[in-house]
Amino acid sequence: MPVSEANSRVVYEALKASGVRLVSALPETWLVHLIRLAEEDPEMILVRLAKEEEGVGISMGAYFAGVRSALLMQNHGFLQAINGIVSGAMLYRMPLLMLISDRGHLGEKDPWQTEGGRYTRRVLDALNIVHDELSRPEDVGIKVNRALALSQASLAPVALLMTRSLLWEEPAP
Amino acid sequence: MKRLECLQAIYPDIQDCAVVTIMGATSAELHSLGHRANFFYLTHAMGLASSIGLGLALCRPERQVVVLDGDGSVLMNLGGLSTMARYGPRNLLQIIFDNESLLSVGGFPTATATGTDLAACARGAGIHKAITVTTVDDFASAVREALSGGELACVVAKVEAVGPAGYIVDTHLLEDRFMFARAMREPAPRESPAEGGKMP
Repeated sequence: MPVSEANSRVVYEALKASGVRLVSALPETWLVHLIRLAEEDPEMILVRLAKEEEGVGISMGAYFAGVRSALLMQNHGFLQAINGIVSGAMLYRMPLLMLISDRGHLGEKDPWQTEGGRYTRRVLDALNIVHDELSRPEDVGIKVNRALALSQASLAPVALLMTRSLLWEEPAP
Repeated sequence: MKRLECLQAIYPDIQDCAVVTIMGATSAELHSLGHRANFFYLTHAMGLASSIGLGLALCRPERQVVVLDGDGSVLMNLGGLSTMARYGPRNLLQIIFDNESLLSVGGFPTATATGTDLAACARGAGIHKAITVTTVDDFASAVREALSGGELACVVAKVEAVGPAGYIVDTHLLEDRFMFARAMREPAPRESPAEGGKMP
């Protein structure tokens, strides 16, 4: 499976360096290494979800407890979680860092992943959620740190879209 | 039995806990018994009260967390029962007031009116300590036992589908949210100061 282990580690280290101590996640192919790193780390609380919307509530609870958290999910998971984001995180002015694997763009070979990618950015824009891309490993540390800072200062969700360029290592043609 | 009678019976037991309650009648009734900074009223995001309670309980293992849930809300997040069971925080109690109805939006019957058993759902999800009670005395005993039991627990209270005349409380939801966040960062009355949370 050509999911980039090295770049997954870069993302994980960026979360750790930014003080994230709880990660909630619903697995998908691109996230396997990230979730495993969280699971193997005794300093990290990993919450495996049944449905992404739960993660919004868990991050709200973590925030109340004074713990920095992040929600890992696929873009279809983001679409699933929208009511929790709007009527939980946004209504209550909660910081929420979302790391979203951005399926359904150039190079996508799974037909079932092609629909969500078309709408993810437009839905984020419609919700007025600040978002940025994580495509180059050298930018990951600073962007994760800045996204968390903005989320906490604005008391609002911020999304980082993890692209194919970052997380997928294409086999040589 | 009535939910308000149940809340009155356990108020002294939960008044120092971190309490997360669902919207509507449950919020308004708890508020009417006496608002405290350590009570959080989730007036929307139906289904997520238990998830907030889980996040809080996992991050503050020294703090007793009580979720006041309802049948309609739990049915919206049944998967959350499995997530709670999976991590099983010892400091989390979920109380489900089951009035078999979506009372706050007009009293439409929920699936518990036609046979869905939420305590059985909780046990099936892996919450071993999950029971149903039908009297105020049994309810109060079950809650006290759960609070001293040191184990994730779920108490389903079968209550009448009645509530207060209105659901508006005199603290704004954001005012309450900021007060609750501050209260959670201070040690609970029975906790040692050294265990207090810090600002993130």
